[in-house]
Amino acid sequence: MKARVFVTLKPGVLDPQGKAIHHALEGLGFGGVNDVRAGKLIELDLADGTSDSDIESMCRKLLANTVIENFRIERLEEPVR
Amino acid sequence: MKSAVVVFPGSNCDRDLAVAIEQVTGRAPDMVWHGETQLPDNLSFIGLPGGFSYGDYLRSGAMAARSPIMRAVAEAAERGVPVLGVCNGFQVLTEAGLLPGALMRNAGLNFVCRPVPLRVENSQSLFTSQYEAGETISIPVAHHDGNYQADPDTLDRLEGEGRVAFRYLDECNGSARGIAGILNDSGNVLGMMPHPERALEPAHGNLDGRRLFEGLLETVAA
Repeated sequence: MKARVFVTLKPGVLDPQGKAIHHALEGLGFGGVNDVRAGKLIELDLADGTSDSDIESMCRKLLANTVIENFRIERLEEPVR
Repeated sequence: MKSAVVVFPGSNCDRDLAVAIEQVTGRAPDMVWHGETQLPDNLSFIGLPGGFSYGDYLRSGAMAARSPIMRAVAEAAERGVPVLGVCNGFQVLTEAGLLPGALMRNAGLNFVCRPVPLRVENSQSLFTSQYEAGETISIPVAHHDGNYQADPDTLDRLEGEGRVAFRYLDECNGSARGIAGILNDSGNVLGMMPHPERALEPAHGNLDGRRLFEGLLETVAA
């Protein structure tokens, strides 16, 4: 099974990279972008039967720094091709 | 004084830190590879050097903080052994939970590499006893991720307990309240982004970092 972990900065934490991307989009002429926040997507290929709490523990112990980041786990049940 | 410097893959200031320690204490530190599970016995000091451990993968310091040797470092810190983390070493200490907060990308997005003026906020710690409180010193910084952030309660606690050791006098990297270096609650762990080992001898053009090591030596010897 596969799982995806989305790591994002907590609301209110300044995101200089998001700001720079926002600025660059405006420079390319894209109006109407109100805000940009940059994060990470981590794909995990896991043994069948890995529990939700195991994945959550991976996030808390390493994948996200919970001082500044939130994480969201999305399980993909289809077999990996 | 028996000391150790931990070497991670990608550390690049380990030798500078070792030279500084040897110059001030007269004894070269043991260099300890990150994959070790034990530190040498009877250490009086542990240094975590600057650099780019694990290429800053995931987050600066994140991988190094989970390396085998860091369990031994955490146990030593718990026993009261002085631990200094410089630059990447500071990032490792926050990632390991030995210091609060986090070091994020510099607010200006640029790598900042220059001497910066700092105010010594706490001259009572075992690292800063050779400085005067409120004194201005100049120490070089060289980092991309030095933007110190913590929640307001943590910042208030750090300020209230005198755990802000150094503060930037000029805008440097966007750090909350200009924080450049902090102590743990027992005062034996110091993390700082500026590099005191780069302001240690006349050839550096600046000796302001030397007193940090001299103060540590005096405290440990006392």
